[in-house]
Amino acid sequence: MSNPQIEIQLIAALVAVSCAIPGVFLVLRKMALISDAISHSILPGIVLGFFITQDLNSPVLIILAAGTGIITVVLVERIQKTGLVKEDTAIGLVFPALFSIGVLLIAKNANDIHLDVDAVLLGELAFAPFDRFLLFGADLGPKAAWIMGVILLITLLLLYLFFKELKVSTFDVGLSSALGFSPAILHYGLMSVSSITVVGAFDAVGAILVVALMIAPAAAAYLLTADLKKMLWISVCFGVFAAISGYWLAHWLDASIAGSITTVLALVFLLVYFFAPNKGVLSVMYRQKQQRTEVSLLTFLLHLNNHQEEEERHINHLREHINWQQVKANTVVKLALDNNLISITNEVISLTQKGLSFTQAALEYIITNKDDKIEHLKDDFFLFRG
Amino acid sequence: MSITEYFDLLFTDYTLRTISLGTAVLGIICGMLGSFAVLRKQSLLGDAISHAALPGIAVAFLITGAKDTNILLLGALVSGLIGAFWIRGMISKTHLKSDTALGLILSLFFGFGMMLLTYIQKQPNANQAGLDKYLFGQAATLVESDVRLMVIVTGIALLVVLLFWKEFKLLLFDQDYTKTLGFNTKFIDILITFFIVLAIVIGLQTVGVVLMSAMLLAPAAAARQWTNTLATMVFLAALIGGFSGVFGTAISATQNNLSTGPVIVLVASFFVVVSFVFSPTRGLLFKQIRLLKNRRDLQLKKTLQFMYGIAQTHENIDHPHTIRILNNFQGFTKKSLRKMEENQWILLNKQQWSLTSKGFAEAQNLFNQQTQHE
Repeated sequence: MSNPQIEIQLIAALVAVSCAIPGVFLVLRKMALISDAISHSILPGIVLGFFITQDLNSPVLIILAAGTGIITVVLVERIQKTGLVKEDTAIGLVFPALFSIGVLLIAKNANDIHLDVDAVLLGELAFAPFDRFLLFGADLGPKAAWIMGVILLITLLLLYLFFKELKVSTFDVGLSSALGFSPAILHYGLMSVSSITVVGAFDAVGAILVVALMIAPAAAAYLLTADLKKMLWISVCFGVFAAISGYWLAHWLDASIAGSITTVLALVFLLVYFFAPNKGVLSVMYRQKQQRTEVSLLTFLLHLNNHQEEEERHINHLREHINWQQVKANTVVKLALDNNLISITNEVISLTQKGLSFTQAALEYIITNKDDKIEHLKDDFFLFRG
Repeated sequence: MSITEYFDLLFTDYTLRTISLGTAVLGIICGMLGSFAVLRKQSLLGDAISHAALPGIAVAFLITGAKDTNILLLGALVSGLIGAFWIRGMISKTHLKSDTALGLILSLFFGFGMMLLTYIQKQPNANQAGLDKYLFGQAATLVESDVRLMVIVTGIALLVVLLFWKEFKLLLFDQDYTKTLGFNTKFIDILITFFIVLAIVIGLQTVGVVLMSAMLLAPAAAARQWTNTLATMVFLAALIGGFSGVFGTAISATQNNLSTGPVIVLVASFFVVVSFVFSPTRGLLFKQIRLLKNRRDLQLKKTLQFMYGIAQTHENIDHPHTIRILNNFQGFTKKSLRKMEENQWILLNKQQWSLTSKGFAEAQNLFNQQTQHE
């Protein structure tokens, strides 16, 4: 590994961590799309800032562009408050307009600006190590790493100082204002941090990857845990993992680094999406199937409970009567048998003692409709689940 | 080239005519289908889908190696549809909210697409150039066959919208009712989503992945301000979309270095701003005027009420009183007194006022109205 390679990975990892932290809060506050809006609408801010400073890495430019990001947020909220359109429409109206202005500004001044629109969307991480941070003639490493490092430090400091406030205001706005933390200040604080992070990361990785780095690790972590601290840690880990392995994927394919990092993020999310315990799609589908069978079982047992006459309890009749497919009927009957809820003699099904008490408990739930009646039902009666 | 020259050339110049027709048709289909997207609160679905279409273009190119627009757009359609239905699946199967799902699909698909595009660009294949026009769109690359495709798709979309008008309308406003009436809501839903995706894919070549969502949203959001009827809204949105297309093309043709896509989006955004401000019923301007008028009315009534209270204590209602006994708390100004005289509620005589019988009746009625309402 050569020196620039290490530096690129360092920058990518720094960007990943600084994006993941605000990203978690954006996802939890259902404002994930604001990051998309900000990442697009800072373009005119960057172009104007570039006219003024003539330097893509100057702090003034970062502040100016972050200002555009906050203007976007305010504009979206203003439009939404008029009640003329819904929030998502407001977002969808504001950022393409601002982005268009940015694109036109670049196009009109193409000769004066060292900026092109592809770079804006994609960034060029590969060139980041060439822009050195020189202090009194000493080479202190790539500028981008310093910028992201400072942004990350500020983010971490703010996170440490306001963790409690952020947590409360994210999950319970009412409580947080009752406790005296202004939700508005926290909201705009978070928006400012997000804007600054987007602008800082923008130059290195481009607009779209910023969105991916903010949302994807947080969303994946959200499927794995319900604990805010764990969620922060997991998304930081995912972000760093994607940043480094994405770099090597790009190296191997000779493709864009930002695109490859996003691809790795997509793979990570895909894996978590399908295989996350409890909240992954497979486990949700399994649980839904289980619940369907168990509800069918309940219907089946209630039917048995209602009918004493033998012809109503004959195994073939049941199939016609409750209108189940053969496979489903078999599953339900087998489940009931396994749990010792029924017994079959001469193809006539009857409830066992255990089955009777189960139906009694279930009936009690149906009549009272109180959750505490059914909560222990499955634990008490089921040896096997559906 | 000036605007008038542009309109002269529109009928003679082949390229300009093709492009203008293309952007106009695109505006029409986007406005039409965008109305449904906006009303279904799926405004940002368009944004996500247009980004999600990118890997489809790249994969279609990698598989066929051809640069035929139709094949590339077919790829875009497939991957756009995958994106659209994955978003839906994510929202229904996990506890991730719609904003997260949209953002995920948008950024992950787009990033993957960009990786493929950069990978393609490094390949020793002469055909590769030109794929990146799908990023920002290049209306200038439109040829007659592209426009023909657009017209055909728009025709089909129009036909479908007309055929399923009742179903679409029902589903928009009351999904449960639609279901109880026995319509297959899933099918209608998929149909409408399919056509929204189709409209987006058609527009990729002209305005590009990034700005496509605005094409879908802006005309519909503008049209929404002028009407409460679906049919009028769809029609207006199509009109505004078409106009944005033509004007955008005109403006970008008259200047150097102005790409068509962004200009069209800005023209459409301009229509939105105008609609937000000047729409007679919902617009901000008239709303503000109505608010001020109401406030003034209320102030007048307040003064009248106060006068009524004084007049009641006298035997004859037109007994004159000095103006001085009114004060600001009763909402009184010189202007409001004059206004009241105009309404023939009071008579002014130098520094004195007296209530007319009409004013007395009005004030009495005001009070009655209040009790009647309660």
